[in-house]
Amino acid sequence: MAMVSIRNLRKVYEGGFEALKDVSLDIEAGEILALLGPNGAGKTTLISAVCGITLPTEGSIEVGGHDVIEDYRAARNLIGLVPQEINLEPFEKVINTVRFSRGLFGKPRNDAFIEQVLRKLSLWDKRNARVMELSGGMKRRVLIAKALSHEPRVLFLDEPTAGVDVELRRDMWETVAELKRDGVTIILTTHYIEEAEAIADRVGVINSGRILLVEEKAALMARMGQKELRVDLVDPLTEVPASLAQYNLELTNDGQGLVYTFDAKADRTGIGRLMAALPDAGLKVCDVNTSQSSLEDIFVGLVNAQEQQEGAA
Amino acid sequence: MNWQAVVSIYRYEMARFFRTLAQSFISPVISTSLYFVVFGTAIGSRIDQVEGVSYGAFIVPGLIMLSVMTQALSNASFGIYFPKFIGTIFELLSAPVSFLEIVLGYVGAAATKALFIGVVILATSALFVDLVIMHPLAMLLFLVLTCVSFALFGFIIGIWAKNFEQLQLIPLLVVTPLVFLGGAFYSISMLPPAWQIITKFNPVVYLISGFRWSFFGVADVPIATSLFAIGGFTALCLAVIWWIFKTGWRIRQ
Repeated sequence: MAMVSIRNLRKVYEGGFEALKDVSLDIEAGEILALLGPNGAGKTTLISAVCGITLPTEGSIEVGGHDVIEDYRAARNLIGLVPQEINLEPFEKVINTVRFSRGLFGKPRNDAFIEQVLRKLSLWDKRNARVMELSGGMKRRVLIAKALSHEPRVLFLDEPTAGVDVELRRDMWETVAELKRDGVTIILTTHYIEEAEAIADRVGVINSGRILLVEEKAALMARMGQKELRVDLVDPLTEVPASLAQYNLELTNDGQGLVYTFDAKADRTGIGRLMAALPDAGLKVCDVNTSQSSLEDIFVGLVNAQEQQEGAA
Repeated sequence: MNWQAVVSIYRYEMARFFRTLAQSFISPVISTSLYFVVFGTAIGSRIDQVEGVSYGAFIVPGLIMLSVMTQALSNASFGIYFPKFIGTIFELLSAPVSFLEIVLGYVGAAATKALFIGVVILATSALFVDLVIMHPLAMLLFLVLTCVSFALFGFIIGIWAKNFEQLQLIPLLVVTPLVFLGGAFYSISMLPPAWQIITKFNPVVYLISGFRWSFFGVADVPIATSLFAIGGFTALCLAVIWWIFKTGWRIRQ
């Protein structure tokens, strides 16, 4: 059974803006799902609807089998939320604000657990500091500590590493991996493709309020990933020789290289024939390398295709 | 009921109060003393007695009411407006708490602070004038009901306000004039007849009158009317809050 089950969710804001258009999504227990999408795609609205911050216009959401409206206590008990904005009371001490979150979720005070959470997030030394004395990255950790303080089974991370330095980002990924080992289901939104690539099990792409695709990250990359072969030449060219026209080669700007795009999973990649054809065309090769297209390329391709489609419609 | 959450909100709000305990304590003491110097000594020395009570003592219930109402109102409205303003409201909305629990936590804390200040003013007053409280239990009942009802009213204002100006608007433009014109410093019987009638439309008159009755046994309006007025005001605030709870007005989009 899915841990989070979203059915035909629509959200129209008061001004008439339709932030979500018929979104259905199942998230399995224990997986890490990365929701990728440009700004304004509907990522935060989707999370807000699951967590009870906004009311859905249509559709239903269940978390752990509990409807988030009818049975909100049971559903929200399972959920931890780390919001995108750093929303913290500036004058409060770190440990008090984290304890408050635990109490708010109806959990009895447990200082040992809070200490464990703060230590894990390298906040223990700062426990008596006021929130306003902390750096931006530290504040973000406080938000995570607050979300973890009530031992959630589902954790939503809305852009957890926006504006965070590289080292802290790695730490955050490590924390996420640890939570996954404890069986926590994690949904994170991001527009850093490398983040999804680094930690997600599945990737969902959302744009203009629609889920364009949800797939296993590895399968997605294998299915849509194209490889590029780049051949560096000794003597620069001004145009691709006519004898090589069938390979659809691209000439690099400096004329020093030719780029051949192929499907790595195809029976015949055409590489052998191309390599044999190069000397015949009188070209001297000095270097060869291949590269796989990243999630970013896939993502940009999908979003552009949708925009063209909606523009045409 | 998620009592743990109610206690957490209450404690968290009270912690803010205790952080600024000195200010919370000193400012009512100073302002009460000023009122006694100005009204009690300077003006009061020219007024013999009002309804058989020395003027200095006569203004004590009104002074307490003035502070308790404004404190309950501003504490409760700020208490719920602040999380809206800085964005921490997301946590309340995403927590497994009902609106009733949120109200209990915030209104309970605001009412407690107002009650504390009311007691401080009462104690300060005792330093200046001889005080006799004829009906201590009724006095306590009026005090607590006023704290709670004005905290409820403040909570509504805090939810309604979209900016700091609106947050200040109702207390400054409506409540303070009503309290000053509600017989805090004079007896209604001292007014010209036409004003006595107009004053009856001011709800605060009934609260101050009832509270003063619990001290001196004399009132401008019947005590039952006073109890009915404060009970009705509390019920009205509860009804509005229930409606806010049903519709998610200004909190949940």
